[in-house]
Amino acid sequence: MAKRSDGRKADELRPMMAKVGVVPNADGSAMFAFGNTIAIAAVYGPRLLHPQHMQDPATGILRCNYDLLSFSVSDRKKPGPNRRAQEISKVTEWALMPVLDLKEFPNTVIDVQIYIIQADAGTRTAGINAASLALAHAGIPMKDLVCSVACGKLDKDVVVDLTKEEEDYHEGEGATDFAIAKVANYDEYSLLQLDGKIQPEVLKQVVEISNKACKEIYEVQKKALKAIVEQEMGGKAK
Amino acid sequence: MRNKINEAHEAVEAHEADSSEVKRKVVIPGEVIVTGEDYLPGEGTKRRGEDVVASRFGLAEIAGRSIKVISLFGTFIPRRNNVIIGRVRDITFYGWSIDMDSASSGFLPLDESPRFINKDEMDQFLAIGDVIAAKIWSVKSKGIDLTLNGKGLGKLEGGFVFRVIPSRVPRIIGREGSMVGLIKEKTGCNITVGQNGWVWIKGPTSDAEIRARKAVEFVADKVFVDGLTDKMEEWFTKN
Repeated sequence: MAKRSDGRKADELRPMMAKVGVVPNADGSAMFAFGNTIAIAAVYGPRLLHPQHMQDPATGILRCNYDLLSFSVSDRKKPGPNRRAQEISKVTEWALMPVLDLKEFPNTVIDVQIYIIQADAGTRTAGINAASLALAHAGIPMKDLVCSVACGKLDKDVVVDLTKEEEDYHEGEGATDFAIAKVANYDEYSLLQLDGKIQPEVLKQVVEISNKACKEIYEVQKKALKAIVEQEMGGKAK
Repeated sequence: MRNKINEAHEAVEAHEADSSEVKRKVVIPGEVIVTGEDYLPGEGTKRRGEDVVASRFGLAEIAGRSIKVISLFGTFIPRRNNVIIGRVRDITFYGWSIDMDSASSGFLPLDESPRFINKDEMDQFLAIGDVIAAKIWSVKSKGIDLTLNGKGLGKLEGGFVFRVIPSRVPRIIGREGSMVGLIKEKTGCNITVGQNGWVWIKGPTSDAEIRARKAVEFVADKVFVDGLTDKMEEWFTKN
């Protein structure tokens, strides 16, 4: 097997960090980091939806906005929305929607702002993890948390949580990037995206390896949510 | 009349005071709180097979057989009989539209005003920008109906309004209004706390008002589980 540049094992994630309650003015917020990739998510609402024609009298809606900030990459990115950001915003929305129950809030919107303040591949997955935490923090009814991770191939070997350097690995079978989002305690997947080529047999391996990674991510998310309550209770949590 | 306003909250909060036999724990969405057919899933929980699971993040309270999850963060979710503080946004033909900092705006029908008001003179009773304390009469998908019929509800004149996290309101009010009563006593201010997280303060001097606001924010800042009244007494000796 080709050695990974940072010496990780194939199924080893980068060091993760999660923190809840990072944006004081939002109704819910969280930060999530995979190594050098850092995402911040802020949730506002449920609040009245404008423009009015988008309102749904049957249920509340979710509106995500993903923003890769101009200073997050080494070559300054032109600020503002672009085609890529639009697509990622949309898939993030789809990845989160299955766990939310917004029937209680008709005609309203929940706005999720995701900012990538440092990018080293896997930004959409870090964004989904952060957004899932922020939604929970905002007290929105959810059936579960969403965990997300990207897998890829170094030639023929499946590895988890690619860095930018690994994502650009063009030798052998070429670069492959496979983003997955999983509903933590269910056998359900809310996001599957493939960039590159993969054999059907290998796909099974990818799902297995990301299931294992998602479990680890879930533990980190769980810890972050419990930590914020303990902190607010002044260390008196029971 | 002003002092009566607070009694309205106290009546609403009284039933929440009995917490002696309650077990509490922090839960995240999807986490199993208890297992067993005996339990009754309440607010913020769902039954999944044998288990009662949390459907939102917060403090799970297990009181005998009934289970509920109280949110510690997030926006105000209107419920019937909540006393709220709102601001008049618009005057319509049938009543007043009230901004109460929640997803849907409140509506105070003309019939709910305590005395007869001529339709041409509605702004003499409540003008745009006026602050009121009102009770939620009904919550429907079309909107929220408010009423002023109740002890101590009505227009709030003078003073100022600020916001705290709505889920912290029960702690500010305290057991049968003990906490807000203590702050009122120590600062000599009139304080009204709305369930939507708006707090109205009016005092004899602006120094007293600022002291009262700091006291309220101190209570709202941390979710101390117990001994908060003692902590507050201590705070007042220092500040």
